[in-house]
Amino acid sequence: MTSVAHSTTVPGPRKGARRWFSRFTRAETWVAYAFILPWVFGFLALTAGPMVASLYFSLTNYGVEQIAGFAPTEYVGAQNYRQLLSDEKVRTSLYNTFFFTILSVPAKMALALGLAMILARLVRMAGFFRTAFYLPDITPPVAIGIMLLLLFNGSVGIVNTVLGWFGIPGPFWTTDPNWIKPSLVIMSVWTIGGTMVIYLAALKAVPRHLYEAAAMDGAKPWRQFKDVTLPMISPALFFTFIVLTIAGLQTFTEVYTAYFGAGSAGAEAPDAALMNVVYLFRQAFEFFNMGFASAMAWLLFVIIMIVTAFQFVVSRRFVFYQGEKG
Amino acid sequence: MAGRWKGRALLVAAAALLGLTAASAAGAQPAATSSSSAALAGTLNIYGFGPGDDVANGRAEFATRSLGSGVTVNNPRGGFNDQAFLAMLASRNVPDVVYLSRASVGTYAAKRAFVPLTSCIRSERIDLKQYRAAALREVTYKGQVYALPEFTNQITLIVNNEVARQAGVNPADIQTTNWRKLRAANKKMLRIEDGKVTRIGFDPKIPEFFPLWVKWFGADIVSKDGLTPRLNSREAVAALEFTHSLIRDHGGWDRFKAFRDTWDFFGRQNQVARNQVGAWPMESWYYNVMADNSPGVDITAKFFTNRRGGPITFFQGNGWAIPRGAKNPGLACKWMKAMTSVDAWMTVAKNRFDLRKRQGREFTGLYTANARADVKIYQDIFQPMGRKQFDEAVVKLVQASKYGFAVPVSPAGAEIKQAYIDAINRVLAGQQTPRASLNQAQREAVAAIRRNR
Repeated sequence: MTSVAHSTTVPGPRKGARRWFSRFTRAETWVAYAFILPWVFGFLALTAGPMVASLYFSLTNYGVEQIAGFAPTEYVGAQNYRQLLSDEKVRTSLYNTFFFTILSVPAKMALALGLAMILARLVRMAGFFRTAFYLPDITPPVAIGIMLLLLFNGSVGIVNTVLGWFGIPGPFWTTDPNWIKPSLVIMSVWTIGGTMVIYLAALKAVPRHLYEAAAMDGAKPWRQFKDVTLPMISPALFFTFIVLTIAGLQTFTEVYTAYFGAGSAGAEAPDAALMNVVYLFRQAFEFFNMGFASAMAWLLFVIIMIVTAFQFVVSRRFVFYQGEKG
Repeated sequence: MAGRWKGRALLVAAAALLGLTAASAAGAQPAATSSSSAALAGTLNIYGFGPGDDVANGRAEFATRSLGSGVTVNNPRGGFNDQAFLAMLASRNVPDVVYLSRASVGTYAAKRAFVPLTSCIRSERIDLKQYRAAALREVTYKGQVYALPEFTNQITLIVNNEVARQAGVNPADIQTTNWRKLRAANKKMLRIEDGKVTRIGFDPKIPEFFPLWVKWFGADIVSKDGLTPRLNSREAVAALEFTHSLIRDHGGWDRFKAFRDTWDFFGRQNQVARNQVGAWPMESWYYNVMADNSPGVDITAKFFTNRRGGPITFFQGNGWAIPRGAKNPGLACKWMKAMTSVDAWMTVAKNRFDLRKRQGREFTGLYTANARADVKIYQDIFQPMGRKQFDEAVVKLVQASKYGFAVPVSPAGAEIKQAYIDAINRVLAGQQTPRASLNQAQREAVAAIRRNR
């Protein structure tokens, strides 16, 4: 037992490096790296490179003149980061972004799980419904932005018309600042197809015998869901929780199309819809404050890292991985 | 001694020659324009223009012809996009001439992305007096002209006579000089049914036309040199308070905007045809939309007047500029001169008039930044075509051009505009008072100018 424990201990750095290099004596290692080379190249050139560049730009006065080469790029220290603190719109945009994320992520997860559970029980027409529910996911985000304004118009929108059938006077979703973000959240639920498919796969993978055993022990459906289903699909829930949170914090296209793009027909550029990435985009490409926009990007990156790290720490208590010890 | 003097004279002559050569080299970039009579050759790359209507395309054909057969005009149609233009600047591969909103010219000029047109104007003998002074000021930064202006899009009041009649409003009370009377007319004309707006009385068109309402007092939202924003001036606050009150009369911005979003603005069932609005200030091109789609509407065009009763109008529009680093600035200069020339405007105006006449439709005029072209179009081409409301509107629009102003050019023009738009939206949404909101806008505008000057 002791010897087994010894054999699984982590090797020291030098030993590990030697082992890593020794693998290159095998042909399949070269083949494997050749296959991932395009991705590595893409990552370095299109992700890591721009990230490092934006970190540099965030410490400079980078703008139109510097882009065009008319003036040298000057180091300005933490000036752009100090401006983050004094800019009232940065605070507004962060508040809006968190508000949207905190509401939209649980809503999307709950609805996607509900749909997945219904689909998992379907015997006939399951393929049809799976496709039907997934279809909105491939709707272009720009179309969703436009659709939002049509569906949620306070006077003639379909949403208020339907509410009216039940005697509920609908709010002015696209013009009332109190309702702009809730309408965006509701609209975001439109694209839960991807999350639903992940949950469906996870639900199908839960061994049937666990339910049978629970039923024999007298567990009712709710208890089975709570004590069998949820723990067994918790890795999928955790994965989507992380991915949806990051996507929520980076929300851009739908909001920009609806409220900030040319020809937007909602309240023109309302503060209530000003998401962090929208403000970042405007600073960069409408006002040409590239250095400040880069600082905004890094602020958001740090926030996402902290939120994700927090989610990982908390997940240790809730996520159950099959095959794990203990 | 004589030899020494001879030597000095030679030295002076050589220095003078060198100086002349240097001077001509300094002006060499746009001086490619000087060979007016020589046969032209090369490729002119355009960015930001088209796809346009008959007026735009007709002038493009005119300008292409004026360059001669040796020049290839490359125009990948599509509007000006800042992001795409930045990419062009970054790649050091800029077009020869760009077509963009005049409101953006100052920002690019301040960042040296455009070249001043001084040499172009001199070498092509472009007479700046032909352009409307306000439109030209909009593209003049630190005393140098950076673009040639096209349309002016002057604003007049469009009064829906049918709505005024139904509401028992005297059309004379629908004016902007007396705000008390205007508000009373607004209240009479608007209609709210079951808590929903079904007719707008008077739409002040804010935030878009906010500078026009501030100009009512004779004030501007930014100083003449473009470096001092005046977004929270007494006049600006009063203008916002009044225009907001016109919207509040409808039950608030929510109801007002939600209803306005339902209009078929460019269609046959537009807001005038359906009596969904009493009156509102609007740009000149909208008369053409109504003449095409609902020629039977009963409207009256009126001046937007200031507090003393004098007409004022707000110019906005596009212009042509040459980016720094353009390979063919000479061709670009000739192109923009031709596009904004009297002859180009006359050619397309005549074609449009003939076309409209054949179709039995109204010709509602062309309103350009070229004052001479406007006069000639009105005197030589325009003829009343039988629909009194449009014929009278043309007369009003021609007169209105004389009273135009534009927001002074500023290195932070885009940010100043955004600051007041955001401020007005906060007020409309009930989040801030006009004063508090414009104070915030002023802080944002000051910071923007500090960053960009």
